[in-house]
Amino acid sequence: MTWAVIRALLSHWRRRPFQLVTLLLGLSLATGLWSGVQAINAEARKSYGEAADILGGGGLTELVRQDGAPILPQTFVAIRRGGWLVSPVVDGWIEADRGRVRVLGVDPFSMPAGTPAAMAIAPQDLTTMLGRNGVLMADPVTATRLTGLGERLQTGEGIAPGLLLADIEAAAELVGQVGYDRLLLDPKQPLRQTPLNEIAPELQRRAPETAEDLGRLTDSFHLNLTAFGLLSFAVGLFIVNGSVGLAFEQRRPVFRTLRALGVTARRLVWLLTLELLAIALVAGVIGIFMGYLIAAALLPDVAATLRGLYGASVDGALTLSPLWWLSGIAIACLGTALAAASGLIRVARMPLLAPAKPRAWAMATGSAMRWQLALAGHSLVVALIGFAFGELIGGFILLGGFLIAAALALPSVLAVLIVAVARLAKGPVATWFWADTRQQLPGLSLALMALLLALSANIGVGTMVASFRTTFTGWLDQRLVSDLYVTLENTADTPALMAFLETRSEAVLPIWHVDAEVLGGPAEIYGVVDHPIYSENWPLLAANPDVWEQIAVGEGALINEQLSRREGLAPGDPLLLPGGWETTVTGVYSDYGNPIGQVVIPLPVLIDRYPQADKTDFGVLVDGDTEPLKRALSEDFGLPVENLVDQAALKAFSLSIFERTFAVTGALNILTLAVAGIAILTSLLTLASMRLPQLAPVWALGITRKTLGRIELIRAVVLAGFTFVLAVPVGLGLAWVLLAIINVEAFGWRLPMHLFPRDWLWLAVLSLAAAGLASLWPARQLAKRPPADLMRVFTHER
Amino acid sequence: MLLDVRNVVKRFPGSDQPVTVLDGVSMSVAAGETVALTGESGSGKSTLLHIIGGLEPCDEGAVIFEGTDLTGLDDAGRASVRRSNISVVFQQFNLIPSLTIEQNLTFQAQLAGVQASADDLAQSLGLQGQLRKYPEELSGGQQQRVAIGRALAAAPKLVLADEPTGNLDETTGSAVFELLVAQARDRATGLLIATHSERLAGLADRRLHLSHGRLTG
Amino acid sequence: MNARALSLILVCLALPLWAQGFAGLGQTAKDYALPDPDFRFSFPGDHGPHPDFRIEWWYVTANLTAADGTPYGVQWTLFRNALNPGGAPGDQVWMGHAAVSTPEGHLYSERLARGGTEQSGVTANPFSAHIDEWMMTGPDLSEIAVTAQGHEFRYDLRMSATGPFVPQGKAGHSVKSEAGQASHYYSQPFYEVTGTLELSSGKVEVTGQAWLDREWSSQPLTDTQTGWDWVSLHFEGGDKLMGYRLRDNDGSAYTVGTWIAADGTPTPLENGELMMRPVEETRVAGRDVPTVWDISLPARDMSIRVAAVYPESWMGTRIPYWEGPVTVEGSHPGQGYLEMSGY
Repeated sequence: MTWAVIRALLSHWRRRPFQLVTLLLGLSLATGLWSGVQAINAEARKSYGEAADILGGGGLTELVRQDGAPILPQTFVAIRRGGWLVSPVVDGWIEADRGRVRVLGVDPFSMPAGTPAAMAIAPQDLTTMLGRNGVLMADPVTATRLTGLGERLQTGEGIAPGLLLADIEAAAELVGQVGYDRLLLDPKQPLRQTPLNEIAPELQRRAPETAEDLGRLTDSFHLNLTAFGLLSFAVGLFIVNGSVGLAFEQRRPVFRTLRALGVTARRLVWLLTLELLAIALVAGVIGIFMGYLIAAALLPDVAATLRGLYGASVDGALTLSPLWWLSGIAIACLGTALAAASGLIRVARMPLLAPAKPRAWAMATGSAMRWQLALAGHSLVVALIGFAFGELIGGFILLGGFLIAAALALPSVLAVLIVAVARLAKGPVATWFWADTRQQLPGLSLALMALLLALSANIGVGTMVASFRTTFTGWLDQRLVSDLYVTLENTADTPALMAFLETRSEAVLPIWHVDAEVLGGPAEIYGVVDHPIYSENWPLLAANPDVWEQIAVGEGALINEQLSRREGLAPGDPLLLPGGWETTVTGVYSDYGNPIGQVVIPLPVLIDRYPQADKTDFGVLVDGDTEPLKRALSEDFGLPVENLVDQAALKAFSLSIFERTFAVTGALNILTLAVAGIAILTSLLTLASMRLPQLAPVWALGITRKTLGRIELIRAVVLAGFTFVLAVPVGLGLAWVLLAIINVEAFGWRLPMHLFPRDWLWLAVLSLAAAGLASLWPARQLAKRPPADLMRVFTHER
Repeated sequence: MLLDVRNVVKRFPGSDQPVTVLDGVSMSVAAGETVALTGESGSGKSTLLHIIGGLEPCDEGAVIFEGTDLTGLDDAGRASVRRSNISVVFQQFNLIPSLTIEQNLTFQAQLAGVQASADDLAQSLGLQGQLRKYPEELSGGQQQRVAIGRALAAAPKLVLADEPTGNLDETTGSAVFELLVAQARDRATGLLIATHSERLAGLADRRLHLSHGRLTG
Repeated sequence: MNARALSLILVCLALPLWAQGFAGLGQTAKDYALPDPDFRFSFPGDHGPHPDFRIEWWYVTANLTAADGTPYGVQWTLFRNALNPGGAPGDQVWMGHAAVSTPEGHLYSERLARGGTEQSGVTANPFSAHIDEWMMTGPDLSEIAVTAQGHEFRYDLRMSATGPFVPQGKAGHSVKSEAGQASHYYSQPFYEVTGTLELSSGKVEVTGQAWLDREWSSQPLTDTQTGWDWVSLHFEGGDKLMGYRLRDNDGSAYTVGTWIAADGTPTPLENGELMMRPVEETRVAGRDVPTVWDISLPARDMSIRVAAVYPESWMGTRIPYWEGPVTVEGSHPGQGYLEMSGY
């Protein structure tokens, strides 16, 4: 009996294979986008985790110098002899193909047992690693980027991508440093020690660098991705909801017959649940494969972005855990359950002799719309709570609440809009067109809500990206004042370089800096010379009027926007700097793309306070072409070519990082829009078969089927157009939240919002085309509908 | 002659061979004349009306309306005839659900470019106070009155009515039928009305009986 | 030869970790200095390191007793190992082992340090050996303060020698195999000890006896020797015995030792004079280790049973071995230390 019932139920799909296809497509698209984004996030997090584990020894407290200077080997020995189990770490960077590679030097002898770095070193490698000429280790991919190291470089598994593991002596030599960057404190210390402040008062304890730190920097990026994934998933569910609802409605006569034949409602619901489960599983598997493809296609860009923006190394290759596969299937099942719940409940409660009412299904009542509007109001309240709450998570709550409210309010707003336009309509066909459009609204509203979400996300994110691009390129133009950037191999060459450049350039500007901790966070301290090019070109967000005069006399400090926002500092505020001295904030500048704080002080002050500063970088002002000077520096002065970067190259590099960052966003944008297009298509197809009673009288009164088909197409385009018009303010609201709240919370900088109406125009064309394309087929079907089908409306008992 | 139907044949695909629904039907309706078409259910009344109204093609024969053979027209031509010269009233679902009664009443007149006052129509059809309502809010009899009013408002030369009272109870049906015949006569509109009620058919100027696809009376 | 060295070396051979570092000792000693039978010790200079040799150690074991009679064992060891010949400070690797055997369990700790820094090293005069905060310092090696600590223990001991330094083997040239592998080896078995143990249960004042071994070599093992069993015993009459059994992978053994009279006069024992027979095994750290031995020396009418005080005295260090205090019963009662490796 069960088998016969199943056959009866399944026969529906055989008759309507397209419905099955849309159902599978919607579900697998939703699953695919969701799991693709999850895969990318998981891969990135795994890489952060590996890197942080191996760097921080899996969460060990560290000792660092307050001024950021290296810890001398003597200090390390003194601490060990004071009874402290500490292990030195050298942490630096070397240039490699396709960007820098992090060099991590460890002391295998004192590395706390059980730490990831200690585990990464196989016993047989230990003795070969020792010493300044010891073996260096990297993962196979990273090894291919390190071409200059020869035989010393060996590949090993379990080393984080983008990392070169070495003995401390070898690492110190590679990065050109005497001493250690930090000491790891073994969690199991011996019974008694000499107090640390007696041995090395300049050291302070610091909580371990963890995946959290890198995670925090990249959080916003991942949240962006996750939000997109979620959005796509929601949009996909609209499709599923539509298809499932239709399939249930169309099978009402079958259900009725089966019930009349003695199948209990419970059994029917069970079988339908089974059917849905099977569909969800199939769609889940397809979706996971799609997700894999999406992730694999996007991951290289994501990896490049994360490396460029945050220095976070992410493996470009995808490795997926079984958990990911399972969660993909689970989300498909969950989505189906969510989308089909109302349908199943209706089947369970269906009176035995209820007639099929497909039209009633498509037409939500006014009360449903009011209910939805109330829900929109609630979402708005939640959004405002998020806004009041502040912080990143509050920003996202604001974003989510705002979008949901907009989507929920859409049908009501569209209804009001249509009624208003209908008043202006002249002629019977126009009147009918608007009246009919208004009546069709509930049936199409899910698809239109999906479209609204996709469009406003597009406008919002597009506005953010374009605003960012405009601001960023303008800022780069101003900020990259030097024409040529030179890095010396050795600070001893400084006088020679100055002499060499004296006649060949307009000015040489040292760009010396020291990495340090400012007010408890990682920061860079730069020194600048007094040169008019700064005061002329450097865009300041806020400053004392005499900021550059003060710098000229060796006073004051400029800070970047990130530091200013993080610490609530404004011009005039005192600023405590490493080494225990204080200066005054004289200006705040924007510093896009930099995740950490920055302080700019007069160069003589930098040299005086931080003698260990890196003094190898210089900016050179050149009148005219930089090529001859580059050649001279390389051939006559003997600097390696890679130490010479001209402004154009630097700008191109910065912009390429930027473009890659948003390539992913762009791709997801398009995918979301495609999903929305499919939602419209399925909704229209769903409605098409139910619309005959509405269309037949009009046809009988002398409107040809072709005209009716054309009207249907126009209707879809008009609705899409209205939705687009409403999506513009929603999208701009979204952009504002992204720029003014999310970015500030996540990155610490605020971007001015620029509007790009031409982009919207393009998007409008795209969305109208999508709607038109989606309605083309249903319209053609209508135009070719045999008259007998239409006649049947008048003569047959429905 | 307003309408001249000549030797119309209509077959439908059957299980093994085509079923002939209309087997050489010839008939005519003069201007302003009221003709009743009676016959059993399935005798082909509806099909004949649909063919005359250009809603369905016929396999053989000609439908000459005011000297033009409608069977020779394309979809758009037939639609044009329906808009201005021939109105159709069906058994049910005549009205456009998304339009108000007022809009429904004037819809066809506006299509045909004829001035029509919804108020006057409502007055004459006994539909006062219903103009702002939607079809689903009206009873079946009222809906059919609206359909009749709409058909006549466009001032067509011929009204085709296919069992217009078939879905109504007898009292309401009679009233609607009588209204239709009276209104058609008032406006000197030709009326071809299919019904299975001999009593109602008696109200017409002339009666035709269709049996097994042939006219017998 | 000192068993500890052997144990270390043997495990080194088994572990690729040390294959090029501490080990490789069974293979070749090319370019390292080699033990010379004609060499004679010169103190205090020879208390200091001999970096031309590949391996060297300062090894102290102490049998201690608390006021309530509870027995304790203490170990303090510093190993030096050259990564390359030539004796350069940067080529040396230092390793420290410290342990306390207690009724509650065997507590131990390990330290490693690269050479060429002040993190670890030894000076002869005044004597000082250290790795990190672990120290063995004296004015000289006859009067030393020994301290070490781990996460759960600490000890501070003063050791005072009541007898002379004792050369092992033939005037300090200790032969390890028929093939002639050898080391330079002397001991100071006459320390009297007082001091404090710091355990999780609190501080314990202790007194007792200690034994120091000093040994350096470059290739003290044959490559077929698989492990060994070593004892250093203090008899109640004041005599001492050092003996060890080197096990070969063919089942045979090379058993030698030194009888040390109460006045410090050593008598070397030829291969086979001393007989060592395992009696009882203990399952510890997943291995079966003989913790009760019957040892006899017919030439001295000695027949004793040596039993571990704490059979769980396992050193789970990078190179694992068993090392702990023992009681001696039979013809010559007393106490001492047992070390076993290669199990």
